[in-house]
Amino acid sequence: MGGQHYLPATEEDRRAMLDSIGIQDAEELFADVPPAIRLKGDLTLPAAMSELALTAHLRKMAARNSDVDSMPCFLGAGAYDHFIPAVVGDLAGRSEFYTAYTQYQAEISQGGLQALWEYQSMICELTGLDVANSSLYDGATALAEAMNMACGITGRRRIVISAGIHPFYRRVLATYAYDLGIWLEVVPLANGVTDKQALLAAINPETAAVLLQTPNFFGCIENLEGVANQIHQQGGLLVAAVNPISLGILKPPAEYGVDIAVGEGQMLGLGLNFGGPYLGFMAVREKLMRRMPGRIVGRTVDREGRSGFVLTLQAREQHIRRDKAYSNICSNEGLCALTAAIYLTAVGKQGLVKVAALCAEKAHYAAEKIAALPGYRLEFTSPFFHEFVVRTPVPARQIQARLTSNRIIGGLDLAGTDSVFADDHGGRMLFCVTEKRSKEEIDQLVSVLGGEE
Amino acid sequence: MTSSNNDQPLIFERSRSGRVGASLPVADVPARSLDQIIPQELLRTAAADLPEVSEGETVRHYTALSQRNYSVDTGFYPLGSCTMKYNPKVNEKIAQLPGFAKIHPLQPDESVQGALAIMHEMQTYLAEIAGMDACTLQPVAGAHGELTGIKLIRAFHESRGEKRTQVIIPDSAHGTNPATVSMNGMEVVEIPSAADGGVDLEALRKAAGPKTAAFMLTNPNTLGLFDPQIQEIAAIVHAAGGLLYYDGANANAILGITRPGDMGFDVVHFNLHKTFSTPHGGGGPGSGPVGVKKPLIPFLPVPIVQCKDDVYSLSYDHPLSIGKVHSFYGNFAIYLRAYAYIRTMGPDGLKQVSKDAVLAANYVLKELAADYKVPFNRYCMHECVFDGLREAAPGIRTLDVAKRILDYGCHPPTIYFPLIIHEALMVEPTETESKETIDRFIAMMRKIAKEAVEQPELLTSAPHNTVVKRLDEVLAARKPDLRWKKNV
Repeated sequence: MGGQHYLPATEEDRRAMLDSIGIQDAEELFADVPPAIRLKGDLTLPAAMSELALTAHLRKMAARNSDVDSMPCFLGAGAYDHFIPAVVGDLAGRSEFYTAYTQYQAEISQGGLQALWEYQSMICELTGLDVANSSLYDGATALAEAMNMACGITGRRRIVISAGIHPFYRRVLATYAYDLGIWLEVVPLANGVTDKQALLAAINPETAAVLLQTPNFFGCIENLEGVANQIHQQGGLLVAAVNPISLGILKPPAEYGVDIAVGEGQMLGLGLNFGGPYLGFMAVREKLMRRMPGRIVGRTVDREGRSGFVLTLQAREQHIRRDKAYSNICSNEGLCALTAAIYLTAVGKQGLVKVAALCAEKAHYAAEKIAALPGYRLEFTSPFFHEFVVRTPVPARQIQARLTSNRIIGGLDLAGTDSVFADDHGGRMLFCVTEKRSKEEIDQLVSVLGGEE
Repeated sequence: MTSSNNDQPLIFERSRSGRVGASLPVADVPARSLDQIIPQELLRTAAADLPEVSEGETVRHYTALSQRNYSVDTGFYPLGSCTMKYNPKVNEKIAQLPGFAKIHPLQPDESVQGALAIMHEMQTYLAEIAGMDACTLQPVAGAHGELTGIKLIRAFHESRGEKRTQVIIPDSAHGTNPATVSMNGMEVVEIPSAADGGVDLEALRKAAGPKTAAFMLTNPNTLGLFDPQIQEIAAIVHAAGGLLYYDGANANAILGITRPGDMGFDVVHFNLHKTFSTPHGGGGPGSGPVGVKKPLIPFLPVPIVQCKDDVYSLSYDHPLSIGKVHSFYGNFAIYLRAYAYIRTMGPDGLKQVSKDAVLAANYVLKELAADYKVPFNRYCMHECVFDGLREAAPGIRTLDVAKRILDYGCHPPTIYFPLIIHEALMVEPTETESKETIDRFIAMMRKIAKEAVEQPELLTSAPHNTVVKRLDEVLAARKPDLRWKKNV
C-alpha cells in the first residue's frame, strides 16, 4: 500500500480505537454511505510510487521544461524573472511558517501575524496609500476585487477600463463583471498609453471607477495626472494596477490621487512557478478601509498591555457577514505575502530603487539596440519602464522559433494575446528586461534578432 | 540578548539608515541618469521607506518570528474543517526543481511539455477521485473554486435559455457558500438543518423550484456527518431543474469510499491544501480545482490543456467558456505538490487515508463524549463536533477551553463553527497523527474539562504560557492600527 510513511496507525492502534468505539471493523463507520453509491473496487489511479521512483519520475517531467536558469528570459507580460536573494527562499521556507494555518488563534500565531502586519506596512510605503490587506490571489483577481469594491461603494455598475490593462486581467474582469451586471467600457490607447481625452470623456455620473494599469501591458508608463480629479468630481473612484518593483523609482499611485491600488506581487521574491502561486496586493485610502476585501492584521494589546497582533475588521468577511460579505475570499496567499515582506526587507530601501533603476536602464539599452537593427523599430515612443513593444521584420512566430533554437526565452508574440492588435499579422513582440539580464545576454539577444534565419 | 519586555521588535525598528541587506546585480550597461530615460514628472521624489537591515539581521528577525508561530511541523493541529495533515517534504523538494519553479507561464508550449503533461494528468486524477468527467485547475482556493463552480452552473442554465437566480444553502454551510452566491449576483435561499444534522428534505422540496440554479452542499457536512439521503437530495434538486454543487472541504472522509459524481453531484471543488496534503502557508496559497459532469465541460475556464499525439498545448478557443478566473493557470506549484501526493499514495493509500481519518475522529468523539456535549448521537466522518462542556462553572465558554488548550502547547480545534452549534468545538485529528498524540489530546481535553469545574479561573485567564496573553480584539477593530508609521 502506498504512503504508509504518512500513516502512523498500526494494526494494533486501529484495533484499540475500534474497541473503544465498540465496533469490529472501520467499515461500520461508513454505514451512512448508501451501498448504491459506495465505490466498488479501487479508484482508477496509477499505483503508488516510492519516494525514489516519484522523484525520478518528476525530475524527468521537469527536464521536459526549459527553465530560466538554463536560458536567459526576456519574457514578462505579468510574470517577471527577477533576482531573488538566497535569504528569501530560505526564510520563507521555514516550515513554522508554511505549515501553519490562518491565524485564528492569535496568541500562538504572533510570528505570522507580525510578518503580515509588516507586509501591509511595506505595501503602504510603496503605494503611498493608508491601509493594505494581507493578500489576495493574484494581480488579476485583485483588480477584479477592486472593481467589485468600487461598484459596492458607489452603488454604480459602470466601469471604465483602459485597453492598456493586461489582456488576461481584462478577461478576468469580464468574468467577474458579467454575473454582477457590471458594464465595462474600454478606452483605447494612443501611442501605447491610455488616450487621455477619450478616458476623460468616458467618465460620467454613472461611472463607478476608472481602472488603469501602469506600467501597462505594453510596458508604457501611464501619466495619471488629472484623472483622479475628473472621476472624483463625478463621484467615482480611481483604481490603478501597479508594478511594485517599478515603484522603486516611479511616482506612487497615492500621489496621482488613486483611491485603490492593486497589483501582482510575484516580482517581490516569488518564483515564476508557471503562473502560480502569485500574490495579489491591495492598498486603499483610509476611508475605504472597512470596505476592503481579504484578511487584515491589526496591532492591539493583550491583558497585560503588551502589544500584539490579531486578524481584525472581520465584520467585512464571509464567515461573519455571509451573503452580505464584500468578498467570498477565505484562503488567500499569506505565505506569498510573507515572502514579499522578506524580499522587501532584504533588498531594502536603497535596494529597491537600485533594482528598479537597473531594470529601466537595461531595458532601455536593449530597446535602443534592437530598434537600431534593420527592419526593427519600437512600436511606441511613450516612456516605458522595463518592457517595450518591438515591430519585427518577419512574423514574431519565426523570431520566437529562432530565439528558442538559440536558447533564449523571450519576447511575447502579441498576435493572439490582445484585441488591440486584432489586425496584427504577427509582427509585434513584447520584450522585458529585468536587472537579472547581463549586458552579455542582451547583446546575444540583439545578435540573434539581427541574424539571418 | 532579547528585549526585556519579551516584545519582538518590528523590522522597521531594527532599521538603520545606510545598511544593506542584499547583494544585487551590477550595472553593466552604459550608465546614465534616470531622468534621461524616464521624464522627471513620472519619477518618485522620495524612496519608499522600506527597512534597512543587514542580511544577518533579516535572518534573525524572520527566524524569531517563525519561532513565535504554531504549525503542523511543531505540533498537533486538530483544526476542524481545515484538514491539517502532515505536509510531505518530498513534495516541497519537487516543487523547487528549476524545471518547475523557474518556468514562465507564457513560454512557448513546446518548452513546457512536462508542466502541461502534469496538468493534464492531474485533471484526470481529480476527475476520477470526484467521479466527474473533466476538471479545471485554475481556481486557487476553495472559495475561488466555489466562485468558478457557480459561474459554470449559471452559464449552463443560460445556455439553455433558463434564468435561474437562486442557490439553496443549508444553514450549516461555511460562510464562503453564501458569499460566493452573492458575488455571482444570485440570491441565497437558506434552509434549516434537520434534527439529525442532515438536510431537511421537506424544506428542500419547498425551496426547490423553477428559480433554483443549484443546491450547494458539503457531504460529509460541516457537522462531520454523512447525509445518507444524498440520492434523494439529488433527485429533488434535479427534478426542479437545478444542479448539485459539492463543496469539497470535507473530502478527506471519502477518498476511494464514495465519489461526489456517484452521489449525484454535478460540480465539485476540492481543496488541495486540505485533502491532498499541500501546506496551508499561514492562510494560503491553496488550490481549489473544480470538476464537472459532461454537460458543463464547454463552460470551463480557458485555457484548456489539450493533448494530441502526446503533444500538449494550451487552448483558448472555447466560445462558451466563462472566461478566466486567474491571471494564468492557477497555483501550479501547489497542484504539483498534490500530484506528487496522489502518486505517492496510489488508490489503496488514498482509501486508507479516509479510513484512518474517520477512525481517528470517531475515537476522539467516543473518548470525549463523557466530558463534552455531543449534539448528534451518530458516527461521524473525518471530524467530530462537540457543543461545549457537559459541566462547567458558570460563564465558562468554548472560547475559554480553546485558550486553555494553548497552555498545553496544542492548537485548539475550530470553535464556533458551524454556527448552528452554539458552543461548537470541531475536532479533525486527520490520519497523519499517531494514536499516542491523539491520546495525549484526549487526556488534555479531559483535564481541561475537570479544570472548568474545579479551577475555572485557569480557563478564563488563559492563555498563560504564550508570548502574549489574551488579546483585545475589540480595541483592534475599534481603533485600527494596521501599519507602521515613522515617528509615531
